Amino acid sequence: MALRTFKVYRGNDKAGELKEYQVNVEEGMVVLDVLHRIQADQENDMAIRWNCKAGKCGSCSCEINGKPKLSCMTRMNSYGPDEVITVTPIKTFPVIKDLVTDVSWNYAQNKRIKPFQPDPKKKDERGYYMMQEDVERTQEFRKCIECFLCQNVCHVLRDHDRKDAFVGPRFMIRLASLEMHPLDIADRIPEVRKDYGSGYCNITRCCTDVCPEHIQITDNAIIPLKERVVDRYYDPIAWVARKITGDKK
Amino acid sequence: MLNIKEIQTIEQDVIVIGAGGAGLRAAIESSAQGLRTGLVCKSLLGKAHTVMAEGGVAAAMGNVDKRDSWKFHFRDTMRGGKFLNDWLMVEHHAKESPDRVRELEEWGAVFDRTKEGLISQRNFGGHRFPRLAHVGDRTGLEIIRTLQDHGIHQGMDIYMEVTALELLKDGDRICGVLAYYRETGRFVIFKCKAVILATGGGGKAWKITSNSWEYTGDGYALAYEAGAELMDMEFTQFHPTGMVWPLSVKGILVTEGVRGDGGILLNNKGDRFMFKYIPEKFAPETADTVEEANRWLKADKNARRPPELLTRDVVAKAINAEVKAGRGSPHGGVFLNIATQLPGDIIKKKLPSMYHQFKELAEVDITKDPMEVGPTLHYFMGGVRVNPHTQESTTVPGLFAAGECSAGMNGANRLGGNSLSDLLVFGRLAGIGAKEYITKLSGSVNINEDQVTTAIRKATDILNREKGTNPYLIHEKLQETMQDNVGIIRIEKELETALSDIEKLKAEAALVKAPGSSQYNPGWHEALSLHSMLVTSEAVARAALIRQESRGGHTREDFPDESKEWVKYNIVSKKGPDGKMITEKLMKMDPPEHLRLIADASLEDLEAGKI
Ligand SMILES: Cc1cc2nc3c(=O)[nH]c(=O)nc-3n(C[C@H](O)[C@H](O)[C@H](O)COP(=O)(O)OP(=O)(O)OC[C@H]3O[C@@H](n4cnc5c(N)ncnc54)[C@H](O)[C@@H]3O)c2cc1C
Ligand code: SF4
Ligand code: SF4
Ligand code: FES
Repeated sequence: MALRTFKVYRGNDKAGELKEYQVNVEEGMVVLDVLHRIQADQENDMAIRWNCKAGKCGSCSCEINGKPKLSCMTRMNSYGPDEVITVTPIKTFPVIKDLVTDVSWNYAQNKRIKPFQPDPKKKDERGYYMMQEDVERTQEFRKCIECFLCQNVCHVLRDHDRKDAFVGPRFMIRLASLEMHPLDIADRIPEVRKDYGSGYCNITRCCTDVCPEHIQITDNAIIPLKERVVDRYYDPIAWVARKITGDKK
Repeated sequence: MLNIKEIQTIEQDVIVIGAGGAGLRAAIESSAQGLRTGLVCKSLLGKAHTVMAEGGVAAAMGNVDKRDSWKFHFRDTMRGGKFLNDWLMVEHHAKESPDRVRELEEWGAVFDRTKEGLISQRNFGGHRFPRLAHVGDRTGLEIIRTLQDHGIHQGMDIYMEVTALELLKDGDRICGVLAYYRETGRFVIFKCKAVILATGGGGKAWKITSNSWEYTGDGYALAYEAGAELMDMEFTQFHPTGMVWPLSVKGILVTEGVRGDGGILLNNKGDRFMFKYIPEKFAPETADTVEEANRWLKADKNARRPPELLTRDVVAKAINAEVKAGRGSPHGGVFLNIATQLPGDIIKKKLPSMYHQFKELAEVDITKDPMEVGPTLHYFMGGVRVNPHTQESTTVPGLFAAGECSAGMNGANRLGGNSLSDLLVFGRLAGIGAKEYITKLSGSVNINEDQVTTAIRKATDILNREKGTNPYLIHEKLQETMQDNVGIIRIEKELETALSDIEKLKAEAALVKAPGSSQYNPGWHEALSLHSMLVTSEAVARAALIRQESRGGHTREDFPDESKEWVKYNIVSKKGPDGKMITEKLMKMDPPEHLRLIADASLEDLEAGKI
C-alpha cells in the first residue's frame, strides 16, 4: 500500500479546477478504483461514469496524464511509483460535471445513418448464409464499445470543432461495417462523402492509436470508404463494373 | 411548497424502464404495435449489463448438431432449474428462441458462422447440444448494439441517464413513473397507461459480484412498493468462475465459454476435481474419466460431457468445497486452465476478451498459464411474478416485467445462455402484453399529486438534511452482511443475522445524507438506491430462511438435500397492509401432461423421436 497523489478535474464546462487528493493505492488497482476510493471517502459527489470495470462497455473514458484512456483498464503500476496522476474529462465534448461529458452528439450521428437492409435472397428457412471469412471485416468494426476515445482525439472534431461536417472515426467504422456487411444492399456512398464528411479525414491515424479494441479504424475502414467514394465520383467505370459483378467489396 | 405543475410531464402510452436486451426488445415490440413508447435508462444507451454478456445466446437451431430441438432445450432448462421453473414459460422460450435469434440477423447482427455459413453454436454448461449462438466472447455487445441500432429507427423516445424512483398508480392500476434526470437532478413525471420493467438484477447488494453499479434491484423495489409480488428471490446464482485476483477486480466474470471450449478446473494438487462432484441425476450424462472428456472435446458424439460443464450451482459449490478443504489456489480460488487444452492462437480467436482481460488486469497470459477463479454473485433467477402468457404482474394491472427482473423462466438455477434468449423472447411478449392491456383499457388515468410530492420530498431530504450517514458506508455494511450471511452456503442462524442487520440498516438509510447539489451527484444516486437494495436483500434473506432445503442456487447447510415436498412450492413476497414484507409459500401449478413427458423422458427416447 502506498500513498499517491491524484489530481482530478472538478467543475463543469464553464468553471473548474484540478483538485488534489492523497489516496492509498493497493496492488493491482486501476485508475478507476482510485477514483472510486476518492468518491467513497473524500468526495461523495464526484461525477464519473463506469459500468463493467472490464473494458467492455466504454463508459469510463477520460484523459489520464493527457492520454485518452479507459480508466478501468489503466493499471496504477503502469506509472512511476511517485508520478502524480492527473485525470481530466475527454476534451472534445462539453463537460457536464467533473469527469462526465455530454456525448449526446454521437448518438445523434448514429441516428442519421441509413439502417441495415438485408438481401432477402441470401436466406432460407434456416436463416441467412454468410461465410466466416466474409464477415470478419465487419466483425472487427462491430467490436466497437462506443467509448468515443477516437472521437475525442480526431483533430477535425477536437481542434477544429467541425462536428457540423464530419461524423468522426466511430461513425466511419459504423458506416464501413454496414457497407462491408455481406448481406446489406443499401447504398451509403453518396452520403459518406456529402453528409458524413469522409473528405475531412486526412489519415493521421490518431484515432487508431487510441482505440482500446485495437480496431484498424483508418486502414481497414476509412481508407476503403474513401476509395469507394473516389471510385464512384472520379472513376465511374470501375464502379459500374463492380455493380455489374455485384461485388460490394 | 412543492408545486407539481412545475414538474415536467411527458405523456406516452408505454414506458419501458431499462434499456438492456429485455427493455430494448420490449420497446421495439411496443413501437411496432403502434404504441407511443418511451425508453428510460440509468446509463447511456448501450451500456446496460447486456453489453457485458460474453458466452452466447441459447436457441435450439440445430445448426451444429442437427439432433437438437426445442424439446431438448426445454428438458435441459427444466432440469437446470431443478423443476421449479414455470412450465409454460420454459416451453414458450424453447420454441421461440430460434426465431428471435434469426430476427437479430435480420436487423444486422453478425454471429460467428458454421462451415455451411449459418450461425455457429457452442457448448455450454447444462445444454445437451452445442446451442449458444455467439460472437467470440462478446455476444452481449453484438446483441445490445443490434437492438440499439434497430430500435432508434422504430419511433420510440429514449431518455438516457434518467432514473425511475417510483411507479405511480391511479387506484389499482399503473398511471405513470416518477423519475429524475441524473444530469440535473430535475424530476420528471411520465404519464402512461402501462409500464414494462426491464431493470435487471440486484447483485450490488453483495461484495463479490460480476454486476455493475446499476444492479441495485430497483425493479424489484419499484414493483414491490406498487403492490407486485416477488417470487423465487432465494435463488441467486453464484457463477463459479469470477476473477479472484487482483483484489480490485475480484468478482469480474470469466465466461463459461472457457469451459465450453475445453477449459478444465484444477485444485492446488493438480487434480481435476470436478469428477468427484457429479450429482447422481447427471451421472448418466457426464463423462467419468479424463479420457472420455478428452474425446468429447474432440467432438466424439458418443462421448459424454466433461464434468466442468455441469450446471453452475454444482460447479460453484464444488469450488467452494475445494477451497474450504485447503486445496485452493494462492488467492483463494481454484485454477481454470485452457492453455493445456487448446493452441494459443485458437484461444485468442475464440476468447479474445478473456485473453485481453487477464493480460491487462491480472498480468496473466491465458494461452500459457492457468487463471485463478472463484464464485461470484452473478444473476437473480427470481423477480417480479408475472402471468406467463402476457408478462403482466399477477397483482398490479398495467405493470409488466421482462428479463432478469422477472421470475419464472429460470426456476432455481439458470443455464448459461438462457438469459440472452429470455430477454428477446419475453421482452417481445411484454410488448405484446402491453398492447393487449391498453386496447382493453377504458377511461383516462390520473396522476395522484400526493404520491408525487411525498416521493420527491423523501428524495430531496437526503440532500437537505444537515448531517447523516455516508451512503457508501451503509452500502458497504449491507454488502458485508449479504456476503457473509446470505452467500453460497446458508444456515438459519446467519440468515437471521442478515435480517436483523437489514433492519438496522433500514433505520440508518432513513437518515442518510448526501453532500453537494442535485446535479450529477453519485453520492445522492447511491443514497437513493439504498432503499432498492434493502428491499431486494430482505426478500432474498426471508425466502432463503423459509425454504428448508437445498435446490439450485439456494443451498442450506442445515437442510443439505433437495426435498420432494419443496419442489411443489414457490416462495412469494409482497408488501403487507402495515408496510412490512409478507413472505409465503405458494403451491405451484401442475404441469401439462405433454410437458411432463418431455421433462421426464430419457435422452435416448427423445433422440429416437418417441416423445
Ligand atoms: C459479465 C456478465 C456476463 C454474462 N454472460 C451471459 C451470457 O453469455 N449469456 C447469457 O445468456 N447471459 C449472460 N449474462 C447475464 C445477462 O447478461 C443478463 O442477465 C442480462 O443481460 C440482463 O438483461 P436485462 O435486459 O434484463 O437487463 P440489463 O441489460 O441489465 O439492463 C437493465 C437496464 O435497466 C436500467 N435500470 C435499472 N434500474 C433503473 C431505474 N431505476 N431507472 C431507470 N433505468 C433503470 C439500466 O440502466 C439498464 O438499462 C451475463 C451477465 C454478466 C454480468
Ligand atoms: S485518421 Fe482521420 S478520423 Fe482518424 S483521427 Fe485522423 S483525421 Fe480523424
Ligand atoms: S472505434 Fe475504438 S476508440 Fe472509437 S469508439 Fe469504438 S472502441 Fe472506442
Ligand atoms: S467501465 Fe466499462 S469500459 Fe471501463
